[in-house]
Amino acid sequence: MYKILEKQSLNKTVTKMIVHCPAVAKKAEPGQFIILRVDGEGERIPLTIADYDRTHGTVTIIFQIVGATTHKLNRLNVGDSICDFVGPLGRPSELDGLKKVAVVGGGVGCAIALPVAKKLHSLGAEVHSVIGFRNKELVILEDEFRACSSVCKLMTDDGSAGSKGLVTAALEELIKAGNAYDEVIAIGPLVMMKFVCKLTEKYGIKTVVSMNPIMIDGTGMCGGCRLTVGGEMKFACVDGPDFDGHKVDFDAAIERGRIYGEFEKRAYEKECSLLKGAE
Amino acid sequence: MNNSPKKNPMPTQDPASRVRNFNEVALGYTEEAAKSEAERCLNCKNKPCTTGCPVGIDIPSFIREVAGGNYEEAYKVIQKSSSLAAVCGRVCPQESQCESKCVRGIKGEPVGIGRLERFVADCHNSHKSADEKPKQNGHKVAVVGSGPASLACAGELNNRGYAVTVFEALHIAGGVLVYGIPEFRLPKAIVAEEIDNLKERGVKFETNTVVGRTVLVDELLKEFDAVFVGTGAGLPNFMKIKGEELNGVYSANEFLTRINLMKAYREDSDTPIKHSKEVAVVGGGNVAMDAARCALRLGANKVTIVYRRSETELPARKEEVEHAKEEGVEFKFLTAPVEVVGDDNKNVIGLRCNVMTLGEPDASGRRRPVPVEGSDFTLDVDAVIVAIGTSPNPLIKNTTPGIETQKWGGIVVDESLMTTREGVYAGGDAVTGAATVILAMGAGKSAAESIDEYIKRRHAEKK
Repeated sequence: MYKILEKQSLNKTVTKMIVHCPAVAKKAEPGQFIILRVDGEGERIPLTIADYDRTHGTVTIIFQIVGATTHKLNRLNVGDSICDFVGPLGRPSELDGLKKVAVVGGGVGCAIALPVAKKLHSLGAEVHSVIGFRNKELVILEDEFRACSSVCKLMTDDGSAGSKGLVTAALEELIKAGNAYDEVIAIGPLVMMKFVCKLTEKYGIKTVVSMNPIMIDGTGMCGGCRLTVGGEMKFACVDGPDFDGHKVDFDAAIERGRIYGEFEKRAYEKECSLLKGAE
Repeated sequence: MNNSPKKNPMPTQDPASRVRNFNEVALGYTEEAAKSEAERCLNCKNKPCTTGCPVGIDIPSFIREVAGGNYEEAYKVIQKSSSLAAVCGRVCPQESQCESKCVRGIKGEPVGIGRLERFVADCHNSHKSADEKPKQNGHKVAVVGSGPASLACAGELNNRGYAVTVFEALHIAGGVLVYGIPEFRLPKAIVAEEIDNLKERGVKFETNTVVGRTVLVDELLKEFDAVFVGTGAGLPNFMKIKGEELNGVYSANEFLTRINLMKAYREDSDTPIKHSKEVAVVGGGNVAMDAARCALRLGANKVTIVYRRSETELPARKEEVEHAKEEGVEFKFLTAPVEVVGDDNKNVIGLRCNVMTLGEPDASGRRRPVPVEGSDFTLDVDAVIVAIGTSPNPLIKNTTPGIETQKWGGIVVDESLMTTREGVYAGGDAVTGAATVILAMGAGKSAAESIDEYIKRRHAEKK
């Protein structure tokens, strides 16, 4: 059992939890993920590691309440325990040697982009971050991004915070202003990553994306997380989760993400009505 | 003496009702049937059956105890050689091992050794007294993975006085016995019981630990005197044909894991699975049979096994093929998929196949299937399950300096089962590629013997 030491609501649908798990904290690196089961009947879900503290043996996860399992997870409080918590899984992001990087985060993807931006900053790289949200209410981690970036562009769809527009617009502006990036790292919804990649392809800038497909074991066993990258089959859990964004078949990944849409909707509704009953 | 040329039949759940549940199909012998079957054994002096057993169980001795009604004594005979009797009695391919050597099999059916093994183990588990903890010798061994090779290795080392810790990546111990083999063939309560037996005897289990990620083999070597790698062959092979990314294409591993490990067949499970109507399962091994029979139980109207060779080459256990047929699984032999066909929404709507014919024997000695030109046709299906084998997981190799593997991924070991890294042993599917539970157990047991010798030798050198 893995105890929840801190819990904070970052916005209405996004929660941050600090979990006691020294074994994972000891090895975690930016870009890696964990798999958890909320309780003994739970499904296994992957969540990217948002932060870790080796001294205190803690791992931070930030998740959006999108389905039954994240809803269930959000019902746990400080002092409660998560049944299973395993990791760190996947390959760490390859950040060594990068001098100037644009980190693009979308929505809850910012939680995954932040440790990458922080690590780059600590390695001495110049970090420009572009973070996008639907509206002001949903903005998370802005201060944390500003702290590790020399340029930080906040974008919202409706202009209620930062500038109005998509992350791609802000990124293109930065590129056009003459910033020569060694690499762009984009983490967020598949559609966002797809369009960031389309943009950077035009400018010939290497782009790395972090994929978060459906997964069971996270060790290469089920093959459920398979993606088409450069025409070849890759497993996000062991070959990734980071991939060369210009080679990823995003359309296929988007379709695969929809396999259990109906089931998830029903499970979520059931979970919500259960909660109403409990209240 | 029982002179019947036939085995006492195994009582089974009726096919029509069992395709609607996940309960065990074979129900096990009654005491009367077990005694009568044991009476068929000729108690041959040279024990040919024992030579067919990968772990060398003294088969005639345990059968003689069954005939005498001394079931616990029979269990003790088996336990000397095997720590997983209840599992092996259910999943071993006895027809190609012990029973293939049985003299009674020359004229008639061999003695039902597997059925008797199961009877003895179930008897033991139903009235068992607490197992004693063996005396500890002060040395520690780490076992990586908790499938059959690892459990056998852990059991044997425990018997020899070692403090054993088993590290498992998933949240439940048992490896393929838990995620792979379905409930109706091997109830998970049986596996849990075998693991509890080991725990009672002092073996520690650390779940949620991915060796190679959470902890490295090099770190284990600092804490333990030796390491055994029994990580199996868990990486699913795909066909490398068009359309495998479509929704509705599963590796057998994914399909079976959702069902067996995550219990997706239950209404109250949080893990989803697609309830398909018409399913094609590609492959002819036990895993293919398991997947096909699971698909039926999930409510499919039609399940077809697509196999590129003919029925005689089917690698699956005979009983599983028979059970699958009884339950209504259809077989398309000499058929090889060439493309998974999808609709505009990327859902599977068909499997295009070629008819094959058998040509010259290939490297495996089996006749190579060759496509018949212009023979292609399409099976209308909404799911395709790929059960064409698995490969060893490269994680340990990639994270442990000095461990060499074959080109195809199998870990290289010497005759003592030591890898190319001193103190690190390996066995089971991780070394041989996908094989059977009992072969893995045999390897786990041999590795334990080698580890025992290795540690004793090192200890003596230090003195």
